[in-house]
Amino acid sequence: MPQVLVENLSKTYRVSERRPGAWGAVQGLFARRYRLVHALRHISFSLERGELLGFIGPNGAGKSTTIKILSGILEPLSGRCEIDGLTPWRDRIRHVARIGVVFGQRTQLWWDLPVIDGFNLLRDIYRVPESEYRRTRDEMIGLMRLERLLDQPVRQLSLGQRMRCEIAAAMLHRPALLFLDEPTIGLDAPSKLAVREFVKTLNRRQGVTVILTTHDMHDIEALAERVIVIGNGVILADKPFALLRAEVFTERRLLADFVGAAPALDIPGAVVRNRDGNSIELSFDPAIISVPQLIESISSKYELADVHVEQPQIEEVIARFYDLHGASEA
Amino acid sequence: MAAIAGPLRSYRSVFAARFMLMLQYRAAAVAGFVTQCWWGIIKVMVFAAFFHGATARQPLSFPQTVAYVWLGQAFLMLMPWWGDPEITEMVRSGNVSYERLRPLDTYFFWYARALAWISARMVPRAAMMFAFVALLLPLLGLGQWGLAPPPSPRAAALFVAGMVMAVLLSGAVLMLINLLVVVLISDRGPSLLATQTVTLLSGILVPLPFFPGWMRSFLFLQPCAGLADIPFRIYSGNLAGGLALAGLLLMLVWIIALIAIGRRLMERVMSRLEVQGG
Repeated sequence: MPQVLVENLSKTYRVSERRPGAWGAVQGLFARRYRLVHALRHISFSLERGELLGFIGPNGAGKSTTIKILSGILEPLSGRCEIDGLTPWRDRIRHVARIGVVFGQRTQLWWDLPVIDGFNLLRDIYRVPESEYRRTRDEMIGLMRLERLLDQPVRQLSLGQRMRCEIAAAMLHRPALLFLDEPTIGLDAPSKLAVREFVKTLNRRQGVTVILTTHDMHDIEALAERVIVIGNGVILADKPFALLRAEVFTERRLLADFVGAAPALDIPGAVVRNRDGNSIELSFDPAIISVPQLIESISSKYELADVHVEQPQIEEVIARFYDLHGASEA
Repeated sequence: MAAIAGPLRSYRSVFAARFMLMLQYRAAAVAGFVTQCWWGIIKVMVFAAFFHGATARQPLSFPQTVAYVWLGQAFLMLMPWWGDPEITEMVRSGNVSYERLRPLDTYFFWYARALAWISARMVPRAAMMFAFVALLLPLLGLGQWGLAPPPSPRAAALFVAGMVMAVLLSGAVLMLINLLVVVLISDRGPSLLATQTVTLLSGILVPLPFFPGWMRSFLFLQPCAGLADIPFRIYSGNLAGGLALAGLLLMLVWIIALIAIGRRLMERVMSRLEVQGG
């Protein structure tokens, strides 16, 4: 039995619309027009205990909606979802006691309370036995290096410090499932690394199942073995990250500098992306034409000054993937 | 009630955390106290002039009226005038969703916080006001303008019970305002409505017995009477014996009814809640 089971989940929002201008506003007083937005259309997936799932997709794809339904905040239109045998929105109180959630753009610690008081409050809210609480708290403080932050009110912390505290706070009741919704958003490089390291430790060493959404592909690269790509409310891909990468990563780039002006090239399997003065940028698929073949076919006709082959940035790859599936936000 | 019996410790901690946090606002308490003294003196003088000129027998005696006025000033912060600013802020920022992630009944979670918010602002001001009108004024020989003690220990005990219930009632009214704020995603309308209604119907502006006779049964039966009128009149002995007990019973009925309505409303509001963005 998988820990998380999602079947045919759909969610529709009703968005009110108004015709522009003053006349539109007057009309809106009498008859409101609504438009249905299909945030999720029949999505299904399952997750085993101890997995770390990367959940990616462009803005407005349905990531947050999925997280909100899975965490019990939002009720779907239709479909089934069971997490450890509970339906999140029906057994909300019992369900939320077993999960941890961190929204990168929101804060769950009380703004004016010192961090440690916020932790103590969560202990009482989740009714964690004192000895167990102490053990977990000290472990989290050690892992996230929070010793020097504990006496400070949350509002005085930097974003990076706060996020470390937030994640620690989400773990105090030892949830078996952790939702991280853009946990690295707005963080500086060291904080990002610290968060990734921490998530890795929780997952690999403590067996916590993690569902991670992010726009930072380096998070995915560093953490997720399995990735679900979602666009327009539909699952576009659900596979190991290495596989996804290999599929979309087939494309390579070749940058060539010529002794004279760059010629107009017409080589099967290669596309000219940019031509500027002496240099040219080609993209090609190594399955159709290999690097030596490509260089050979150019250098046999023209005099090359320099050649450079590179892989596209992971961000670009994902953007391409979204485009291919028509999933980029309108 | 099963929803609250188990996790009582949780709600108690939520109450305590908010209460301690609110006690930090000492300057606001002192400033509020000074203003309330000033208004209290003016109101007492207005009533003195009124009683001086009045020929008919009044529904409250002058000392009872003075007690009513000072108690109103002492417990001004009890009034559920605005939505809880914490809830308002959460509605605006979208942090409301985090509230649903706590393994608590969201109504009682917010209710515990509302009670802390009300009582932490009320207790320091009330203590200062009692010291001023019940101790300092009599010591200065101005006892007739101050707050006389209740006529009997029984009245005092009933008053204390009444004030505890008034806090519970105020919290229940506040929760209705909070829920309206959540629905409207704005606190302006609900707060305006609440301020007007509560000020008039609690008796804090003009003691309810001074309203025209035909309105009095309605005024006694409506929920806001429990916020000021009923306990204040119990204090001065104006409401005694069976009537005092009836008043307290009425408050209890309103507390239970408003909590029941609030919980139903919370369920409906939360099932429709959609947190935008993010």
